[in-house]
Amino acid sequence: MTIGSLIEAPSEFTDSSSGKSAIVLMTRIRLARNLAGHPFPGWAKPSEREKVLESCRSVLISTPLLKRGLSVGVDELGELERRILVERHLISRELSGSKQGSGVVISKDQTVSVMINEEDHLRIQMMRGGFQLKKVWGAINELDSLLEDSFDFAFSPSLGYLTACPTNLGTAMRASAMMHLPALVIASQMEKVVRAVNQLGMVVRGLFGEGSDASGSIFQISNQTTLGESEEEILKRLSGVLQSIIEHELNARARLLESDSGKLFDKIGRAFGILQNGHVLSSNEAMNLLSLIRLGVDLGIFPEARRCVTDRLFIEAQPGHLQYAQKAEVDAGQRDLLRADRLRSEFANFPRPDFSLSANGKN
Amino acid sequence: MANPIKCDICSKPATVHLTQILDNKVHKIDLCEECAQEKGVTDPSGFSLADLLLKASLNPEATAGGMRCEQCGFTPVDFKKLGRFGCPACYIAFKGILDPMLDGMHKGVVHAGKVPQRAIERRSLHERLSKLEGDLSEAIKAERYEDAARCRDEINQVRQAVEQKPQRQER
Repeated sequence: MTIGSLIEAPSEFTDSSSGKSAIVLMTRIRLARNLAGHPFPGWAKPSEREKVLESCRSVLISTPLLKRGLSVGVDELGELERRILVERHLISRELSGSKQGSGVVISKDQTVSVMINEEDHLRIQMMRGGFQLKKVWGAINELDSLLEDSFDFAFSPSLGYLTACPTNLGTAMRASAMMHLPALVIASQMEKVVRAVNQLGMVVRGLFGEGSDASGSIFQISNQTTLGESEEEILKRLSGVLQSIIEHELNARARLLESDSGKLFDKIGRAFGILQNGHVLSSNEAMNLLSLIRLGVDLGIFPEARRCVTDRLFIEAQPGHLQYAQKAEVDAGQRDLLRADRLRSEFANFPRPDFSLSANGKN
Repeated sequence: MANPIKCDICSKPATVHLTQILDNKVHKIDLCEECAQEKGVTDPSGFSLADLLLKASLNPEATAGGMRCEQCGFTPVDFKKLGRFGCPACYIAFKGILDPMLDGMHKGVVHAGKVPQRAIERRSLHERLSKLEGDLSEAIKAERYEDAARCRDEINQVRQAVEQKPQRQER
């Protein structure tokens, strides 16, 4: 598979079917693994990095899940291609900026990606649309066990999987859910939620990970600690936290509808108007408008089947995807015009909002 | 105030004070405004307190002295700089620095999760093999041919076990 055909193909995230879950867009688990007896990538000499990269690539591309997928060195990828992979959550920003001797192997359906020589030798990641912690864990656990046949992973009975950074020791597992929480944002409750979630040992980040802002009211919630608990215990705890966030979001929606439905409908109606008619849209504004449309779908203002359109556009309105579609690098000002063009044409045939249905507030 | 609290990162007067309670343990970190900004503490979408605690908890004395990882040449000074270790063996070499750091970083200090069972079995077979091979050549040198024959038989057995495609031992 080539990078070109991968980008053209729909990804789990850009094409996750509707109705899987309204609030959890995507579930993701990653495992960090290192090869025993080899220096970690950040400390390895270039020649050692190359050697690890080569041997990992050849093993990975021959495993059943990754066969027929894409195996590529970061240095073989153009700037825009890297950006697209970041926007699809297939590689990290760190990997996309890394030097010689790193790469990635991605499954054909884009649900599995293994980064090589990022912070650790291997960062195995699996994602699925919707709230699917158990399923994703089952599948990634199986892949990891399969890879044991080919690799000696650095492991200590007391510290677990040994990782470059001690904050990942133990299970070396980070499980996360991407959540759409517009009502909590509108009701200014997100700060409180972040604080509470932090106290429970979970981390809240923006759509594109550490340091990114929460445009589009999309947040990633993941476990912070990895040592001292089994994978199942961590997932159970995370799942409990996610359930309670879902409940809070649903409550916040109900309260907004009850006390302030006029204001809420106004926001959604205006978002629709701007998406249909705007000519200059920054990435941030587009995300926030799309988020309101998605909320509208959840509230029955737009048909259920259109949720996948907003989920796809969350990604396709990103700078990398826009420029790739245009087949050229375009400056930020020009991009805002392009983005508005794109959204206008997507929303030209979008059904008009029907506010009568959601008056009974069913979600 | 005679003795203002200092920033855990740069030692300027701290104005931002964070508290996190993780499993009934209180973690505190004090930062000056610049460091807080830089680390994204003021960003409501969250930041990695673990990373901050990690750097702050590494006391300067620990980085002194001539400690060095035999495997990869990594030193505690490098850790202070990178916040990452050099190789898996660093975890043994720097156990003394690591242990206090781990205290409170995670839910516990002992691994309770998955064990790469098949890899461990394979490695122990390999270790056994190289020991037997050493025994064999010693036995030959010392002309203890009975021992040598026994070693050779065992080696053959172990080799067979290694070469067999790792079969899952289902119980």
